[in-house]
Parts: sequence; structure tokens; C-alpha cells
Amino acid sequence: MTRKKTSKSAAATGYMGISGAELLHEMLLEQGVETMFGYPGGMVLPFFDVLYSSPIKFVLTRHEQGAAHMADGYSRATGKTGVVLATSGPGATNLVTGLATANMDSIPIVAFTGQVRSHLIGNDAFQEADITGITRPVVKHNYLVKRVEDLGRTVREAFHIARTGRPGPVVVDIAIDATTAKLAEEPDLELRLPGYKPQTVGNVRQVKLAAEAINASERPVLYVGGGVVLAGASDLMRAIATKGSIPVTTTLLGLGSFDESSPLALQMLGMHGSASANFAVQDCDCLIAVGARFDDRVTGNLANFAPNAKIIHIDVDPASISKNVVVDIPVVGDAKDILTKMLPLIQEKDRSPWVSRITEWKRRYPFRYDADGHIKPQEVIETIGKMTDHDAVVATGVGQHQMWSAQFYGWRRPRQIITSGGLGTMGFGCPASIGAQFALPGATVIDIDGDGSFSMTMVEVITAVQYQQPVKFVVLDNGFLGMVRQWQEMFYGRRYSSVVHKCPDFAGLARAFGAHGIRVSERSELADAVGEMLKHEGPVVLHAEVEPEENVYPMVPAGKSLHEMELGKLA
Amino acid sequence: MRHVISALVQNQPGVLAHVAGMFAARGFNIDSLVVGRTESPDLSRMTIVVVGDDRVLEQVRKQLAKLVPVVKVRDFGEVKYIERDLLLVRVAVSAERRPEVIELVNLFRGRVVDVARSSVMVELSGTEDKLEAFIDLARTYGIRELARTGVIAMARDQQKAAEETE
Repeated sequence: MTRKKTSKSAAATGYMGISGAELLHEMLLEQGVETMFGYPGGMVLPFFDVLYSSPIKFVLTRHEQGAAHMADGYSRATGKTGVVLATSGPGATNLVTGLATANMDSIPIVAFTGQVRSHLIGNDAFQEADITGITRPVVKHNYLVKRVEDLGRTVREAFHIARTGRPGPVVVDIAIDATTAKLAEEPDLELRLPGYKPQTVGNVRQVKLAAEAINASERPVLYVGGGVVLAGASDLMRAIATKGSIPVTTTLLGLGSFDESSPLALQMLGMHGSASANFAVQDCDCLIAVGARFDDRVTGNLANFAPNAKIIHIDVDPASISKNVVVDIPVVGDAKDILTKMLPLIQEKDRSPWVSRITEWKRRYPFRYDADGHIKPQEVIETIGKMTDHDAVVATGVGQHQMWSAQFYGWRRPRQIITSGGLGTMGFGCPASIGAQFALPGATVIDIDGDGSFSMTMVEVITAVQYQQPVKFVVLDNGFLGMVRQWQEMFYGRRYSSVVHKCPDFAGLARAFGAHGIRVSERSELADAVGEMLKHEGPVVLHAEVEPEENVYPMVPAGKSLHEMELGKLA
Repeated sequence: MRHVISALVQNQPGVLAHVAGMFAARGFNIDSLVVGRTESPDLSRMTIVVVGDDRVLEQVRKQLAKLVPVVKVRDFGEVKYIERDLLLVRVAVSAERRPEVIELVNLFRGRVVDVARSSVMVELSGTEDKLEAFIDLARTYGIRELARTGVIAMARDQQKAAEETE
């Protein structure tokens, strides 16, 4: 294949006579794909033969789930569409967790899967699985391509759907004969999507109504989610907050969209959010949700959520509006478009009584811990935050370490945190951080992981070694599945059932994998260990032995209202 | 409340699974779902009867519209429309009492489409209510077998004022 990037016009010519595999490759180049992640197998061999001489970098992972999370991390770090490829049957089913993770967090991914020969489909052929059937509930859309004539158009549609509107994963399952067949004539590449018309332009009247409600408000709060990051609207949101003196709280996925060193920053809200954020939401008279979806981990008891507030909801997905919370002023559309229109309408207003109340809450109830006994997981994260000037890209797994990362890193800019919010996928951090590093070659990328999450997918450290990706993996080892243990402590009378988690020497394991390994168990050695990790040029695993029974506070018990949080040691 | 929703969808493999799967995954109850061809070979029409409050129905509408192959969604809740359900039912009846059943069928403007020694097969179309009423009466004789298509619906043309005659 020597053809240069082709034009984007649907009338692109010159494809007649080439094979489906070659056409797929051409389409990927047309979409600007530079890196893809995946694993070969029988039903995708024709495409791998084309890849042999391709400018596209193909990253061979150790497991297809890792490939899907890498494509996801690649996308979260940059906003580009992640691309993953797996073979039929087990290769494809191994992608499912990664697809569901991306779907819940609206991350654009296109996944290509091989499929058995079209006349064998439904025949229980070797390595056959109905992957469109299996993935349908966990993707934005999917396709089964049986004819080479449909392949080019389908690839274009897949990328278009993945990255427009509310983004999400799209699966393209391709029967092997559609990749081996040659195009007998020029294919029709025109998109055929009569039912797909995302509403991106915000209604001016609604924007005005929203701005008027904000201007009339004494105690407004901006509640900002991942949608703001996806829309590239963080700067606009900051401008609105600053202009109107509006305090800002973010969801887990919204972290970094608002600089937490700002006096207006309330940090994260919800189940393990800051006391100041939760008090502010319960007390505000106007809640402005932007690109957030009122998830149950955010709202607590719905009946008593933001009880005094007029609620404005800005979201690109009409189905998100009034799904959980009845909204007073909905504005459907792209956050960037809507906030651009809104900014000039927002009045500069003195809200010092409200802001000083918030400052007082922040002063009285900061996230805190006692630095005594064992190394505390929080202080490892705090140390990393300081030593990276709060500027690293940080991926996490799921559990206590994820919440502590959200609380203690000190987020400054969008796309800095790479974490599985909606699905809560343990094992996400290690591969996602590698994907982010591929996207950002010069950046400091750190996976802050728990021993449970890391154990699920740590095999991908080998991938980082093979491709010399200098990711820093920090494993906070408390010897427990910590979040489950915390729930058993708080709600099941400390009957620890299947949460004791024996770990290997992760540092030694890292060395066996070909990475650098460091182990730390003393507070006095922590800063040096983190420094050594950051200085090392290649991939590093830092195994930190931390306090076994530390809990995440504050905590809003499931079903309680936000102001009924348990403050723990914060009180 | 009962709602009749009509969705125009792209005529391609997997669409039915897509729509039915979404209803199941989100816990919406379907009373009936009918798929059929339309005037355009590229499009099919699904008519779905759903029971739920306004919040549920709003979600059903929005989630349906969100599916990529769904081109257009219409809830007949607020417009005048005609709906029809088609029934085939085998009623157990002896030769002596057969005239009673035939009279009943005529009252409902149905048709007897098959006659056997101890049963008749009846074809009847109309609203769900009308069919239920007939089934209720037919039960007094005994129902051997019953099949219904489910509801299809079409909005009235606003310009014509003709009322449904039943």
C-alpha cells in the first residue's frame, strides 16, 4: 500500500480492485488513525498482513481487555478516537468489559472484530460468537459487515457515530470474506444515517432562561461532569464561574475541568465527595449541571437532593434530561456551543456572603488523614501530587485508592484524570495509563492503583516494557480489597468475607517483567521512593505497603442524603 | 397509562433485537410490539404499546430516538389516531349452538373463516377494547386457540374531520 491519505469526500476513487483488508486500512488512514491496540487471530489475518507495511503503529497487548482499556485511555488523554482490533470469538468477547467501560463514560472508541466466514455465521463455527448480539447493550452502536461493498461506508459511519453527539464505543464486526474479497467496483462511501441527528446547537431561548436564573440566584453552584471535558468546554466553564463568582464542584469524571487551587473550587461531590461540595449542593438556590447525569453516586437520596435549588441541566443527550432528577431548565446541546452563548449573558455579581460560607466549610472540613503508624495511602497520593506539580496524567483502578486519588492529587487541568467512573471497572488503571502514555509520549503518566485492581491487569506492564512506555505504576497495597472491606466494616459488623488479598512482591515481579521495581514501607523513605520512580526513564512499579484498615471519608451511606455524610476523622 | 408509540426504523438486520433489547435492559414493559413494512423499502414501522407514567414514557421516547437505526418516534398520546388489532380465534361450539356464535361475530363485524364439526374460527379486527369484549363473550363457549397481531396505529389526517365509525 503506497497510496497517500485520501480526501474526505464521499467521491473518493481508486478503491476498485483492492481487498477489503486494504480498504479497511485506507479508511483508518483517512480517519487519521496513528495508533491502534489489539491482538491478532485467525479471522483478522488478512488485515494484519496489510498492517505489516503500514504507517499505523499497532500495539500488541497481552489481553484484549487491556487493548480496549488502552484505546480508552488513549482517547481520554487526548480526545482522539481510540481504535482497538481483536479476532472473532474469545478475542471479541474479551473486549466486552472495555466497551462497557467506555460506554458508561461516553468515550469514543471504534472496535474492529473478526468474524467467521459469512456463510458459516450462525453455524457454531470455530471461534464464532455473536458479537453484535453480545455487545449491543454496552455500545453506542454496532455493525456486522458481510460484504466488502459495505465495509468502507460502515467504517466512516462508525467513526462518525463514535465521536459525535454524546460519544461512545462502536463495534464493527467483519466477516473474514469481506476482508479477503476484492472490490469489483468503486464502493459507495456516503453515510446512510437517517436516524442519527445529534442535537448540538443549544436553543437560544433556553440559554437565556438559564442565564436569567443564574443571574437571579444568590447561592448558585456549578456541578460539572465529564461532558464538559469531552466537549472541550472547560475554559468556558471556568470563565463563567469566575465572571459570576460561582463555586464549582465536579464529578469524578469532571475532575481537572476546574483548577482545585481556585477559591471557588469545591472539589468532588457525592458519596466520597468533599463536605463543602455536598453542603453547598444541599444549600444552593440554583444548581447548574453541565455535562453531568445525576448519577446515584453523586446525588445520594434523590428525594432530598439539592432541595432548595432551581435546577438547570446542560447536556448533549436529551435522554439524560429529567432521567433521575426533574429539571427546571433543560438546555440540550453541545456544552461548548451553549456555554459560548451563555458567557456574555452572565452578570458579574458580588456573591461574597455565599463564597465566604463556602470558604468556611472548606476551612473546617478539608480532606484529611492522620499521618501516623503505617504509611497512609492518602499521603502517597499527596506526595505524588506535590512532586509532579499536580501536572501528571493520572490513571486509577477502582476502589478506595481511586477515591483517595480524586480527593488528594490536586487536579489542575482537564484530561488529567483517567478513571472508570460509571462502570467502576477494576483493572482499568494499568492498561489505560499505557494507552495515555502512547498518546502523550513526553508526559508523566502515573497509574495510581490498588493491589486488587492492579492484580487484575498487571500483565500489561509487559506491554509497557516491550514498547518502552515509561509509565509509573504505583500500587497501594493494603492487603485487602479495601472498599469492600470498608463496607463490611461499616455495614456488616466487621465480618471480613473474602477480602483478604495476599500480594506478591510487585517490585520483584516488575523486575521479572523487565521494568524497574521499588518497594517502600516506611514513611521516612516515601519521598525518596517517589523521587526515584519519577526520575527513572523507563516503566516503574512502586509497591507501597500502606495502612491496612484506612477508610475513605467523608462517606454518604447508600440511600442517605448528601448532607447526612459520615465525616469520620474529619468531624 | 397506556401509550401507543410508533417508530420508523431502518430496515436492516438486528433492529428488532436492538429495540427489544433496549426495552428489556431499561425495564420498560411492552404490551405489544408489531413490526411491518412501510411504503419505503428502506424503512420498517414498529408500533409499540407501553404502559407507564409520563416520566417513564418520556424516557421510552427519548431512549428509542437515541438508537441509531431509529429514524422517527411518535407518541400517539396527544393526537387523534386510529388503532387496529387483528384477532384469530377458534371457538369451541357444537353445530346446534353455532348460529349463536355467528350472530355474535356479525354483531362485532367479524367473519367466520373456518367451520369444523365442533368449532369455528373467527377473524376480527378493531381496537384492543373491542377484541377483549369479544373474547370475553366467546369464553362462554370455550376458546380452543387464540392469536392476535398486536396493535398498529396511524394518526388521523388533521384536515379531514371524519370520525371513526364503529
